[in-house]
Amino acid sequence: MNEFDAAVRQDGAMAIVDLAGTIDGGAEAALDAAYAGAAELRAGTVALDFTRVEYINSTGIALLVSLLAKARRDGRPVLAWGLTDHYREIFEITRLADFLEVVADEQTARSAAGSSTNEG
Amino acid sequence: MKALRRWRQVGVRVDETRVADASGPSVPFDVAEDDPLLLHLQKHPDTVALNELDLDSPALDAMRAAAVQVIVPLVAQGELIGVLNLGPRRSERPYSLDDRRLLDHLAGNAAAAIRVAHLVRHQEQQARLHERIDQELKVAQLIQQQFLPQEAPAPEGWSVVPHYRPAREVGGDFYDFIPLPEGRIGLVVGDVTDKGVPAAMVMATTHSILRTDAPRLVDPGAVLSRANDLLCAEMPPNMFVTCLYAVLDPATGHLRFANAGHNLPCIHTAEGVVEPRATGMPLGLLPGLTYDEQEVTVDPGSTVLLYSDGVVEAHNPERELYGFPRIRALVGRTAPEDDVVQAVLDDLASFTGPGWEQEDDITLVSIARAPGAVAEIDQVGDPLATFEVASDLGNERIAADQVVNAIGHLGLSTPVVERVRTVVAEATMNAIEHGNDCRSEVPVGLSVSASPTELTIQVVDQGGATELPEAETPDIEAKLDGRQTPRGWGLFLMRAMVDHLEVTSEGDQRTVELIIRLDGDKERAL
Repeated sequence: MNEFDAAVRQDGAMAIVDLAGTIDGGAEAALDAAYAGAAELRAGTVALDFTRVEYINSTGIALLVSLLAKARRDGRPVLAWGLTDHYREIFEITRLADFLEVVADEQTARSAAGSSTNEG
Repeated sequence: MKALRRWRQVGVRVDETRVADASGPSVPFDVAEDDPLLLHLQKHPDTVALNELDLDSPALDAMRAAAVQVIVPLVAQGELIGVLNLGPRRSERPYSLDDRRLLDHLAGNAAAAIRVAHLVRHQEQQARLHERIDQELKVAQLIQQQFLPQEAPAPEGWSVVPHYRPAREVGGDFYDFIPLPEGRIGLVVGDVTDKGVPAAMVMATTHSILRTDAPRLVDPGAVLSRANDLLCAEMPPNMFVTCLYAVLDPATGHLRFANAGHNLPCIHTAEGVVEPRATGMPLGLLPGLTYDEQEVTVDPGSTVLLYSDGVVEAHNPERELYGFPRIRALVGRTAPEDDVVQAVLDDLASFTGPGWEQEDDITLVSIARAPGAVAEIDQVGDPLATFEVASDLGNERIAADQVVNAIGHLGLSTPVVERVRTVVAEATMNAIEHGNDCRSEVPVGLSVSASPTELTIQVVDQGGATELPEAETPDIEAKLDGRQTPRGWGLFLMRAMVDHLEVTSEGDQRTVELIIRLDGDKERAL
């Protein structure tokens, strides 16, 4: 059941993590590796693409909190897009949405990353 | 040689000059493009006597043999557009200086007139060409429209919405609905490579073959296989047809399809978006091919979207593709009552921006099954399902799916169904991990019941003797700073997503009761 993949690609100063599948306890190693990959790229911003994510449970939320904690420690803003309405609601309930910026799509993320780099 | 090439383009033969005298008709000469005579006349565009020229020119030799005495170049706007050759004068006297001046003057006027005539003729040819292309496009459009169905089928409990928008240069998209025995419906979406009349003709042929064979063969794989064999025999070079053919049984929701290189159907189900895969080569390339079949059930509230390349291959001003992920995500965001075709068109318009010139035909067909009629619910509370799952991690999703299936007929809105899915999965995961210590042999029991105002789900484990940790509001700031563990969201999420959560224990048994009020579900399908 724990099919999950997190591929990192560089887009300017932004590291985009393409998430796919189920974010639950089984996603821990792949998510950790993805953040390490983004850090290796010296990314100014970490962007999470949830378009192909099918399911997130409470353990998955905890893993995303861990990722956010690392990004906060390293001073990297986090962007996200591709969330369904349901997971947007969960991000609001858990206040995850207060600590990452939910944007419409990759293109918007690119502009947002550009402006946060300029500010920062 | 540039001037000569242009000269050729306006339709005048470069390799021809004419000789004339007063005693007979003019005689044309062939002059090769690289003949030194032409090079000489381009450099010295004045009337010249043949005996003044010393060139190794086959054209000049031919002119001498034909008794040409004087050559008058015709030059307009610096470009050599013709040559006038004159034979001996009738008086047999040589051409005088005055004669040459007169000829130069006449040549200047004649060249200008010829140039104007060339331009007029060129314009006329272009106008005729455009008229012919416009005519062809109109014919192609007519053929295509002729074969598109006039109306969509409307089986009870289903909504079928087609949309076809041709590109300016009509492509080869087509779709069709074919009535089949026993109330079934054949659904066709296809795309012929190439554009214009040839594509329209192949589309018409494919349409006729499918119409003929579909009611007889029924099986989608057999229908495509037969169509492929027939098309191979008639297909013009470098053309082929991609085609998805599906058979829908509206009574059961069964959708069986085969695919000849076309885009896969995108289905929005209660479990999310799925794209069942059936593979096969496009039609008309190789005879004797077989086509895999795939069968899915379209549940109440689910929508199937069939679409052509014109959607996913549209570009925005930054030349980015609209792409498959966008269409999948969009289908996933639509609710059963939404018009998914319009949603795709709106999203595409916002992606491509204003002033977009559509690159290819766009075809969309949505097949939506209405959510189940809202069941009459007993006042006391109908038991809808009772079942158990083994205490293995991962089974919480199976339990959630079963509960969602059990409430499918209640016509609840997507947000409520998604909340149910999440809270049942979380409660079951807690039961597996904390109540039953992941002991596979100790089952977690679930029961679902509904009254007109409430949905009640009970999750029972064997952890009655242990205290369930109190759900406190997680402090995300503390979690981000490392002062709190990142975990501890399960019970909090459950409390936030249900109207009432109660935990009771009796002996070894612990029951988590989740209650969701239904009278607040304003989107509930009626």
